[in-house]
Amino acid sequence: MSESSGLKAKLGLDVFKPVGAPHIRIRPGMEKDPRLKCAVRICPAGLYSENEKGEIVLDVDGCLECGTCRLACGVEVLDWKYPEGGTGVQFRYG
Amino acid sequence: MDKFDAIIVGAGLSGLGAAYTLAGSGLEVLVFERGDYPGAKNVTGGRLYVNPVRNLFPNLFENAPLERFIAHEGVTLMAKDRSLSLGYSGSELREEPHQSYSILRAKFDRWMAERVEEKGGIILSKTRVDDVIKENGRIAGVVAGGDELRADVVIACDGVLSLLSEKAGLRAPGSLHDFALGIKEVIALDSGLMDERFNLQGNEGAARLFVGEVTRGKFGGGFLYTNKESISLGIVVGIQDAAGDESSIDVPALLDEFKGRPEIAPLIKGGSTVEYSAHVIPEGGFKAMGNLCGDGILAAGDAAGLALNIGFTVRGMEYALASGYYAAQAVLKARDSGRFDAATLGVYQNLLEQSFVLQDFRSFEETPLVVGNPRIFSHYPELFGNIMKDIYSVSDGPKRRLYPTLRKHLPLGEVWALLKDMKEVMKI
Repeated sequence: MSESSGLKAKLGLDVFKPVGAPHIRIRPGMEKDPRLKCAVRICPAGLYSENEKGEIVLDVDGCLECGTCRLACGVEVLDWKYPEGGTGVQFRYG
Repeated sequence: MDKFDAIIVGAGLSGLGAAYTLAGSGLEVLVFERGDYPGAKNVTGGRLYVNPVRNLFPNLFENAPLERFIAHEGVTLMAKDRSLSLGYSGSELREEPHQSYSILRAKFDRWMAERVEEKGGIILSKTRVDDVIKENGRIAGVVAGGDELRADVVIACDGVLSLLSEKAGLRAPGSLHDFALGIKEVIALDSGLMDERFNLQGNEGAARLFVGEVTRGKFGGGFLYTNKESISLGIVVGIQDAAGDESSIDVPALLDEFKGRPEIAPLIKGGSTVEYSAHVIPEGGFKAMGNLCGDGILAAGDAAGLALNIGFTVRGMEYALASGYYAAQAVLKARDSGRFDAATLGVYQNLLEQSFVLQDFRSFEETPLVVGNPRIFSHYPELFGNIMKDIYSVSDGPKRRLYPTLRKHLPLGEVWALLKDMKEVMKI
């Protein structure tokens, strides 16, 4: 995860409507898959991080729905959907 | 109603372009949008080139919520400790009709959706489409919010990932070297300050691109566009380059470094960020395009891979609008014959081939390879920066003649490599 507290502040400027169940999940058993590692650096919202067990964990709060992790990590390791209609980020400028 | 003439998935520019055209021809059109309103999920850099699409949508752009017309172009080679900029301004850029405008999508798309509604199209926001309905091997409609909705034809305008095209079998999940990631801040700034800082008069706007250290020498670049009362500032990085690099390239941090550069910081001083966004851009060009149509379905805009890196900029929005228009034309032709199979809808491909859309894609087919040359992003900004440094430098001793100064930086091997790279550029 990007350590900059600035990132959290930036995400705080955006309008998010709560998503129900997480729309992106790491597939069970794939938490240590090397394909997930790059998401830690590349996710523009810094939502992926590595825990002390060497597993990649994901918190979808603040997801910008860009799709980078789906392309970079692949659908074999990520169960990837868009959030339900009318939820998630709502850009006011875009 | 048991069946629509057309269901369009996604109220972006391709979906709205298709809906506007079809509704304008009197068809029953339903547009699904998963955001709270059209534009809520859409992001641009961004600039829209109006010229190529003006005639496809007569009188539409005259009252559109465009930001500023771009009258000042600039490109900067950014080295670690210095930079070299080239600006361009010409009288033709100030003359009407203006060729390009900065825009903000939440505003523009919402406005265009209202124009679609005026024509009789139905926009259903806050609704995610989950699947296609397949019947007898053809696409017969979509599943959304647990309901099945049917139409003669479905147009997939659901953006760069186009999960709908995947479900319909038009394409597989993309490979990462065909995509780039754009991240952007919209920074609110007093318009008077903006006019002074960018030399703008009236509704003039500026566009600037930055290559080199802004992406730490990786594929991509930085961009800046002036809107009416804000600046769109961001960077684009190739996903393969950014993902494959085990060193410390942290994408969100790149934007903060860019903002802190002495070339940028004074331009945004006093401004306040009002939004942070990210979006993926298809950049694979002609070679990476998926199938444009199948039985009962068409794909347009980013969903069809219709964005193009033409070397100095990435264009997508006019291809989206135009492909939406031509998809609509193909649907109208298919209605005449009463058949919506892939062969009949295939006229869409011909229409795109005859238009600027696929002609541009063929002209710039080699661009992704040429601009993939890593020397553009890592070597040349430093080289030209250093040449300028020595040309401008006056130390306490005597100054060296200019020609030997140049030769110091451009030995034979360097000139040879430069010529080879230039030869590649000739393919664009």
